[in-house]
Amino acid sequence: MKIAHDKPTVAIHKFTSCDGCQLAILNLEEALLTLTELVNIQQFAEAGILDGEAEVDIAFIEGSVSTPREMEHVKKIREQSRYLIAMGACATSGGIQALRNMNDGQAWISEIYASPQHIESLATSTPLSDHVRIDLELWGCPVSGKQLTTTIRALLFGVLPVIKHDKVCMECKRSQAVCVMVSRGEPCMGPVTNTGCGALCPQFGRGCYACYGPAENPNPNALTNRFEGLGMTADEISRNFLFINNNAPVFHAIGEKYRDKHQDKIKSRHDD
Amino acid sequence: MTDKTININVPVLARVEGEGALDIRIENDSITDLKLRIFEPPRLFEKFLEGRHYTEVADIVTRICGICPVAYQMSAVYALEQLFGTQITPWINAMRRVYYCGEWIESHALHIHLLALPDFLGFTNAPAMARQFPAEVRRGLKLQGLGNEIIKLFGARSVNPIGVKVGGFHRAPEADVVTALVDKLRAALPDAKALLEWLATLDFPDRSQEFVSVSLQHPSEYPINMLDTTLVSDAGHKLEIDAYEDYFKEHQVPHSTALHSHLEGNPYLVGPLARLNLNFDQLPTEVKETLNNTNISFPSNNPYHNIVARAAEIYFGLLEAVRLLEDYKRPGAAAVEVTPKAGTAYGCTEAPRGTLWHRYEIDDKGIITFAKLVPPTSQNQARIEEDLRLSLEALGLDNDESTLRQHAEQVIRNYDPCISCATHFLDLTITRE
Repeated sequence: MKIAHDKPTVAIHKFTSCDGCQLAILNLEEALLTLTELVNIQQFAEAGILDGEAEVDIAFIEGSVSTPREMEHVKKIREQSRYLIAMGACATSGGIQALRNMNDGQAWISEIYASPQHIESLATSTPLSDHVRIDLELWGCPVSGKQLTTTIRALLFGVLPVIKHDKVCMECKRSQAVCVMVSRGEPCMGPVTNTGCGALCPQFGRGCYACYGPAENPNPNALTNRFEGLGMTADEISRNFLFINNNAPVFHAIGEKYRDKHQDKIKSRHDD
Repeated sequence: MTDKTININVPVLARVEGEGALDIRIENDSITDLKLRIFEPPRLFEKFLEGRHYTEVADIVTRICGICPVAYQMSAVYALEQLFGTQITPWINAMRRVYYCGEWIESHALHIHLLALPDFLGFTNAPAMARQFPAEVRRGLKLQGLGNEIIKLFGARSVNPIGVKVGGFHRAPEADVVTALVDKLRAALPDAKALLEWLATLDFPDRSQEFVSVSLQHPSEYPINMLDTTLVSDAGHKLEIDAYEDYFKEHQVPHSTALHSHLEGNPYLVGPLARLNLNFDQLPTEVKETLNNTNISFPSNNPYHNIVARAAEIYFGLLEAVRLLEDYKRPGAAAVEVTPKAGTAYGCTEAPRGTLWHRYEIDDKGIITFAKLVPPTSQNQARIEEDLRLSLEALGLDNDESTLRQHAEQVIRNYDPCISCATHFLDLTITRE
């Protein structure tokens, strides 16, 4: 692929999502103007820049794949881009909307839309990596401006950025926040969740709800034992894992296990 | 008059939030078809809210929209608190108002500077505009940043903030942090005033049209949150929030399968201009005086004045945040106890783009069994199409295609449509050709 430009080129695409990760760019304030000096933004519909056919050095995609059109589009973007970066929970794990994957997605569509035959939507919401090769994943719901600027800066220096994959607990200790689970018995997903947010929830006195996805080498069974010890029901435990990153394999497996437990319990209650 | 057919297709609407398109067909100088198409994929939020505990709702509904997460949280928590009979403290209500002002400032400043203003000044995008208007764009981004700072004060981050819960907040900000922020907000008041004065001098085409404005109304305050409000229109409506569905109906129109919301059979307007038209007297003196010194008088029926209304609400938002935070004292508790109960919860607050109405059914364990959310953009959609027809006819359908297209896009952007919001609830179609 040949890209002849004086400055590196960048494209920002939106798939199935809330726009929140693109906002990380639009919220950069002064740094947004610096960014437009450092790189040539070729595609960013929300900012009014449209050149969808352009070949670029770095493409960011926000959102999951949930329509036939997106399935084709992600392949095309892959061909046109040197680096393809999945930006945010929807792009890296399928997002909260992947909850439809475990249910009858088509039935859900029929319940909301009067004429479901017009809805061009797949029964599943999936991460980009299910469809094409991804060079880098930025986890988070939403990603922060710092994650984006760090990434672009590193790529401008010709290296891939170093992304931390340790647990929220580590960040929590570093920020000297009081552990909500130890001090108050409040369920917290911090022990299995990727750092990167800055341990915001524990610092606000509440449990983490895992919006940055699974950490490296998590031990979810130890955490669910603890959750059971706190008196949580199978349904509650399952909902903790089947949330923002419900389709991330580690969370999905545990979430399903506890969902089945919950359903067995309901069934046995009926059988009695 | 020549016999001719013009098709105007805008395959991707730029500078709007979410994915939409526009198709217009003009035959022999009359519009025979006009569709604001929405191809944003649905995410089915209303379905996956079912089976969730009421304590999770504030963290789920923020994910509907990256630009107005506060609005979704607020309509949800006020709805649930009202059903449960939860009495929030005056401090909680006031701080939620400040938090919401942050979102108005952030969302309006973003829309004005990055999405709408390039149309008025003749640029295709904001970075291009910034090269000729660097000071103005910097001022706008600074105001946007201050809005985000207010949201972060209560929510830790400005997109998908984490600080709100049914019953109050997870944490009350420290007094010294609040004091430092109040100083910054106060220092930015001249910027907000200057922005309003500048935008009021833009050369607005006169596109005066008959339309009905709808917003919340409060006996003594400019409307934001739900407590003590009713839903009013300038056609004489005054409704309780739980009576919404008796008057506002979503219905299908022949040229599109997108559900359009109508008030007793007619399109209507929600958002900054509608709020200002209905609640001008409740603005602070500083905002009223600044507006009275412009050539524009409110109520206005020129839809272009929406951008001025947005700037007025930025100025209002800053003044209001300063007023409510000036004598800030950190309370002992940031939330009150909540006991869930079964029933139907109705919520409505003023999102940056207009009234955002929620209804939830909840069982006795506090689990959501049904959810219906009506966002402002689905309410404005019928009005946008009506405005497009009237504005293009007023401009003259004999104009060349690119002029018509540019004008049509400007009309749409003027409403700041939030398609990500609208799509999870709208019936939509994709025209296959």
